Amino acid sequence: MALFKKKKPDFVPSGVDTTANAAVTPDKALPYAQLGLKDDEYARIQEILGRRPTASELAMYSVMWSEHCSYKSSKIYLRQFGEKVTDEMKKDLMVGMGENAGVVDIGEGWAVTFKVESHNHPSYIEPFQGAATGVGGIVRDILTMGARPIAVMDQLRFGEPSNPDTARVVHGVVDGISFYGNCLGLPNIGGETVFDKVYQGNPLVNALSVGALRHEDLKLAKASNPGDLVILFGARTGADGIGGVSVLASETFDSTGPSRRPAVQVGDPFAEKVLIECCLELYKAQVVAGIQDLGGAGISCATSELASNGGAGMRVQLQHVLKRDESLTPEEILMSESQERMMGIVPKKHLKAFEAIVNKWEVEYSVIGEVINEDRLYINWGEEEIVNVPPRTVAHDGPVYERPVAYPAYQDALNANTVHVAANGNGLHRHNDNGSELAAQVVQVVSSPNQADKGWITDQYDRYVGGNTALAQPDDSGMIRVDEKSGLGIALATDANGRYCYLDPYQGAKLALAEAYRNVAVGGARPMAVTNCLNFGSPENPEVMWQFKQATAGLADGCLELGIPVTGGNVSFYNQTGDVAIHPTPVVGVLGVIDDVARRIPSGWQDEGHNIYLLGVTKDELDGSVWSEVIHGHLGGRPPVVDLAFEKQLAEAIAAGSEQGLIASAHDLSEAGLAQAVVECSLRFGMGARIWLGEICERDGVDRTAALFSESTGRVLVSVGREDDVKFVGLCEARGIPVLRIGVTDNSGTLEIQDIANWNLADLGAAHKGTLAELFG
Amino acid sequence: MTFKIGVVTFPGTLDDRDAQRAVRLAGGEAVALWHADENLHKVDAVVLPGGFSYGDYLRCGAIAAQAPVMDSIIKAANGGLPVLGICNGFQVLVESHLLPGGLIRNEKQHFICRDQTLVVENVDTAWTNQFTQNEEIVIPLKNGEGGYIATDETLKRLEGEGLVTFRYKDVNPNGSMNDIAGLRNERGNVVGLMPHPEHAVEAGFGPDMPGTMRSGVDGLKFFTSVLNSLVNA
Repeated sequence: MALFKKKKPDFVPSGVDTTANAAVTPDKALPYAQLGLKDDEYARIQEILGRRPTASELAMYSVMWSEHCSYKSSKIYLRQFGEKVTDEMKKDLMVGMGENAGVVDIGEGWAVTFKVESHNHPSYIEPFQGAATGVGGIVRDILTMGARPIAVMDQLRFGEPSNPDTARVVHGVVDGISFYGNCLGLPNIGGETVFDKVYQGNPLVNALSVGALRHEDLKLAKASNPGDLVILFGARTGADGIGGVSVLASETFDSTGPSRRPAVQVGDPFAEKVLIECCLELYKAQVVAGIQDLGGAGISCATSELASNGGAGMRVQLQHVLKRDESLTPEEILMSESQERMMGIVPKKHLKAFEAIVNKWEVEYSVIGEVINEDRLYINWGEEEIVNVPPRTVAHDGPVYERPVAYPAYQDALNANTVHVAANGNGLHRHNDNGSELAAQVVQVVSSPNQADKGWITDQYDRYVGGNTALAQPDDSGMIRVDEKSGLGIALATDANGRYCYLDPYQGAKLALAEAYRNVAVGGARPMAVTNCLNFGSPENPEVMWQFKQATAGLADGCLELGIPVTGGNVSFYNQTGDVAIHPTPVVGVLGVIDDVARRIPSGWQDEGHNIYLLGVTKDELDGSVWSEVIHGHLGGRPPVVDLAFEKQLAEAIAAGSEQGLIASAHDLSEAGLAQAVVECSLRFGMGARIWLGEICERDGVDRTAALFSESTGRVLVSVGREDDVKFVGLCEARGIPVLRIGVTDNSGTLEIQDIANWNLADLGAAHKGTLAELFG
Repeated sequence: MTFKIGVVTFPGTLDDRDAQRAVRLAGGEAVALWHADENLHKVDAVVLPGGFSYGDYLRCGAIAAQAPVMDSIIKAANGGLPVLGICNGFQVLVESHLLPGGLIRNEKQHFICRDQTLVVENVDTAWTNQFTQNEEIVIPLKNGEGGYIATDETLKRLEGEGLVTFRYKDVNPNGSMNDIAGLRNERGNVVGLMPHPEHAVEAGFGPDMPGTMRSGVDGLKFFTSVLNSLVNA
């Protein structure tokens, strides 16, 4: 291979910073601070290399040692996800944390891989491209495991709807996801959208993708066989996204600095769609040893990770990289985050077959290097060597910090300010004795931006493509059929409540887990595995670090209690504007499996004359609730208590009821409690109902405000046909699940909550569904 | 005998596997056709499925209309081969001049995905003969550029000759002129529409129907229609 030539006698140096040059100019000052490296980190690089790094090496270390790529502030906490596990929890885990995405055995020879990632900072600067490339990046991660991507979801947090800048971000992000995701042919099966002023200068755009594969098709991205070729294929390398990782994701930005727009990547979903099909065909033909995607840190990441994962080395000729712009410097090529690129490790004997497939898909490629039997990553620029490093030091042995942690100064006062003592010690006012006021509050709550129907957003996404979507928004979880013959499928739900987490990050993370778990269960699936995307403020703020420590402990403990493992995840720090951090927002995704999606449970009422049962107990838990926010603009106290052992029991009862065909519909109670659930159940298919609260108040000792709006966990609203009544109640009682009949469905076109209101469904629907269109349409 | 229905894949096509499934569920044999291959492999009919062929570059369907496989399809369609264009496939048919008019960005400038009610106004085609005249059907619609436009003269001709095959009912989702959702050619072998019949062929995965989740299968009749027309040909 003519990748590396000896210098000829008439060789003229190109002027790039070479390793030879670095060895003889030890004192040359390099701009490591501008690239986001601290003094001690730079000193460590010099120590590893025994000399100063070249400009190219510095570029590589700076991006790979950035917070985004190295997890340097979070690593010590993330370990517990691998430690707080039992053998039982690991038994279905085919690939655990640390790879591009975890892989779970779902039976019948099938496996699924899923992961969430953040693209928060780019999405504030350039919402459209930021969100679009967020979808593109996570889908490529799934692809590297040998899986066909089968669905996407997204978790969005925006500023206050009334702020003039919010519409810019909302339109850009939603259009970006719609533009990119729809063009890939992946159904968008759900997600979350929350508005809160804490996200005003720092929206959150998290994207989840899930893929399916046969067990034998599992791939790991690594380069372990010396002699194999390193091939870069897909889009050409351009100047987009340079330094995106270190500059954008790892530093707080403010609006007064220079424009950082060029650091946001630009996406081409058509190129990605072609690349997906091309990669799947390469896998099928068995001509690649592994494929790594190029996302954050581009070629720096792909070369060093492939070599480090495979325990081998690599020799790369950087001039062979196909470029959009011939003026790119070696450092820029190494750092570029141009989208829709992949790096394949191809045994020489398969090169012809590889070429035939990429040519069929009209995908460009170039051989840029080979795997070597040496613990070294050499990168040449023509005849000159510009990188000579141990790959592991770049990819995996980055710095690890135990950042200072401090209990927040505001925490005690915040927790003391409950709904019972707020308003000068009087407690937030409750209209328990005034039915019409309560009715007005219900409408106010269900039409508030966070509780309103999200159809204006989700109707911009394709939920049908693929023909396997069994559940999608507005259902509690998204569900996809994996095997067309047997009906085997998976369910996915994600949740996070920043308000709860702000009040108590440990409990808040558990609550997010419990809700996602319950959402999967009410669809009829068995929860199996967890992923997460941990969105927090600056790790350099000890109070933020305390939130992070608490939240990760809560999530790890919760997973252990539920007996489902964390398979992977993502951390996003520096989510703040100026000194103000966002509410801690650990997005938790739960994957479930269902033996036959035909058995899935609808989230709304479809039949008249069915009995409506409330499972679980309602307590007076309104701190941090939607009611406290929407009606009173209050945030304080402690979030609801979560009993994970009971959640597990509840999920098992739902599964048993579903398997016996007793459950006509099931809907989880969470934000805005029973009020929200009955409105959604009713509007889903336009089925009316009579609901009474008296027995809840009596049995559980709560007032009508709590009965309607309490956010107590472990509750599900179930509708049951009369013929199955006795069996269903018996099933609940036998399993120790409190069960109370609170209503009956009817085809009246109205929803009545006795002594409070009797709404026309058309009016209620207009209020619930009109909000977002009115704000942004 | 089992009839073979070709389903074309262009780079960027998305709903090809869905269209193949629909063909199978209707009782036909699905044959994958590749954009760069002129050979139609002796298929008895062709479906141009939805997606974003060539990334919608230039204009939706414009580049796909120039693909080698389209030369063969245009020739065969002019000879009577049944051809159905769905969404992007409809755009390709229009760009190929097998059907008149054009499709532009939705009126509200957004991609829209919804369960859409249509009226079947013409049942004398290869793809609609199993419907009854003016039957109301529900099938999913999902497009960004589905606004049908044509000159006054063309519209007059379409309406006068009864070539409007599907019309949006209740909601015109994309600003299409005369609420036009789909068309046929004079001969009735070529039909194009924006909504996606291949996503309403299997209970459990189709559109919501009144009171029953995802149970709509109205799209299946497109595929049984073409098989029926082949039997009687």
